[in-house]
Amino acid sequence: MEVYLFYIVATIAVCTGVYLIFEKNPVFSALYLIQTMVCIAVLYILLEAQFIAAVQMIVYAGAIMVLFLFVIMLLNLNIGQEKKDALPYQKIPAILIGIALFAVLCIVLKSKLLQGKQGEYTTAYINNVGNTKLLGNLLFTDYLLPFEITSVLLFVAAIGAIMLAKRKI
Amino acid sequence: MINASIMTFNILNILPILVLAGFGMIVLVTDVLSSRKWVNRNILAYISLIGIIIAAVLTRSSTGTTLFSFNESFVTDNYSLFFNFIFLLCAGLTILISHNYIKREDINYGEYYALILFSTIGMMLMASGADLLNIYIGLEVMSISIYILTGFKRSKLISNEASLKYFLLGAFATGFLLYGISLTYGTTGAINLKQIASFIAEKGGMSDPLMVIGMGLLIVGLGFKVASVPFHAWVPDVYEGAPTPVTAFMSVGPKAAGFAAFLRIFLTAFGSSHLEWQKIIYILAILTMTLGNVSALSQTNIKRMLAYSSIAHAGYLLIALVSANDMGVSATLFYVLAYIFMNIGAFAIIIVLSRKGDECIQINDYAGLGFKHPLLAIAMTLFMLSMAGVPPMAGFVGKFYIFSAAIKSGYIGLAIIAVINSVISVYYYLRITVIMYMKEPAREFVPLTISPLMVAAIVISVVGTLQLGIFPSKVMEIAQRSILMMR
Repeated sequence: MEVYLFYIVATIAVCTGVYLIFEKNPVFSALYLIQTMVCIAVLYILLEAQFIAAVQMIVYAGAIMVLFLFVIMLLNLNIGQEKKDALPYQKIPAILIGIALFAVLCIVLKSKLLQGKQGEYTTAYINNVGNTKLLGNLLFTDYLLPFEITSVLLFVAAIGAIMLAKRKI
Repeated sequence: MINASIMTFNILNILPILVLAGFGMIVLVTDVLSSRKWVNRNILAYISLIGIIIAAVLTRSSTGTTLFSFNESFVTDNYSLFFNFIFLLCAGLTILISHNYIKREDINYGEYYALILFSTIGMMLMASGADLLNIYIGLEVMSISIYILTGFKRSKLISNEASLKYFLLGAFATGFLLYGISLTYGTTGAINLKQIASFIAEKGGMSDPLMVIGMGLLIVGLGFKVASVPFHAWVPDVYEGAPTPVTAFMSVGPKAAGFAAFLRIFLTAFGSSHLEWQKIIYILAILTMTLGNVSALSQTNIKRMLAYSSIAHAGYLLIALVSANDMGVSATLFYVLAYIFMNIGAFAIIIVLSRKGDECIQINDYAGLGFKHPLLAIAMTLFMLSMAGVPPMAGFVGKFYIFSAAIKSGYIGLAIIAVINSVISVYYYLRITVIMYMKEPAREFVPLTISPLMVAAIVISVVGTLQLGIFPSKVMEIAQRSILMMR
């Protein structure tokens, strides 16, 4: 059952991803991106990472995509206008690099067993303790410092937004 | 149920970072007060300087120890403390040279100083991070602060363009870095540098091609931050467009932080398989030096020239990384310190000569400076000679140590190429000196207004350049005691 669900969702994710790139209308692109994000959230659930799935839905599919749509609508792009390719020379290198990165992914999938150490958090353990609880526990013990420094990062970003957008110069 | 691991939670170790963060907040609050005319806005610079001095004293007080804290993800050793000292010096000198400039350019906001302090936090985290996560977050804090600082002259189109360019390319490079980190994590199962090292040692080298790809992507991400050659395209435009003190700051700070992380990751985590990455860095070093120096030859804008020169200096520092021995590490520390003095000093002179609305950054604008303002010209000559590597300046000693480290590791060819590059660079550094003394002034020099803070910055830079050049042994001794102890 899970396997079939995976194949269905993964196919939808890939298709919407492709549509996202080839769609001419930016609003439709953004909507396709939301679909891709939702599909990825389902994949997280299949991996038993419910918390990350919820975050994916709320933050990416919700907040960020609404912001995307707002920006697209505010910019009022001319929809349907055929634009000339501004960077024609980039096409071939971009395709080559894309193929190279795809090859890397294929290597990962082919090797199947990653060599890394097995983590201490098995699925049974996670289900026993609870996804959110375990994550919160780790964030406030082992990863306390990066977690707290992220607040500085967000603070700096807020300063930047206010400084560059709001302040009268 | 949850076995709450006993944290090696030691807040004293991150005290300098906390002090800087606290002072960053104080600066922001004082800025708000000053907009109500309750306090004078001029004290913002002094508040920031006090914060930096307190952080430096705290850094000084914990030397000689190697402490791991926060689940072994943060390390306080002589290596990180030396780098912390370098970052604080860099931030302090930048604030000294900024004070007058940002008042003149009408960008005198508290955010400016706060962002310098916050980006210093990021750099300190990069130097002290003992796992890839901390290094990454430090890099982000540093980079985002500097993206904003680059675009600080919002009314100037060139500043906006520089900021956007730096931000987009920087975000792209960060993507590479993260991909590298995730591949490393996937193959080794660890983000802690020591654990990665022990995993690789267990496996007997880099058997997995994915691990090699991950390492290569890490080189791309960090190579962008230190401005090494295939990833250098942003440097000239961003350096030219940014406000001049910010250019001074970002030509030294992020570079030093990038090398701090570079050395830490590659000598500890990938130390046992150094034969693999040395080849890559070897080629990068040659390309970086040569392209930087050759491109600098034809520049007519002094900020762009110094941008290419900073690429070349990144190349010299890469040599120290290639040699991958203790001497290379201590030479890097020494060289970065010397580079701070001479580079920020040179930018200080550029700021002194510039005026509102007239940056005065064409090399020909310096014609006749030697007669009009002899002291400034002497200082500029000192900095240029030091960057060219002429004895008895700091730059010479730094290069000497780096080239000896390369020879000690058997990279004689690399050392010869570096010396040839060094000779090429003499041309464009000396050209400025020649123009200052030998050419008739092309324009009027208006009377200069030099603030006491600016004088302090130039004097510190001159003294530092000479001190490190004439009596290098004491600093070198400290640098030798600061080599990586994590191995």
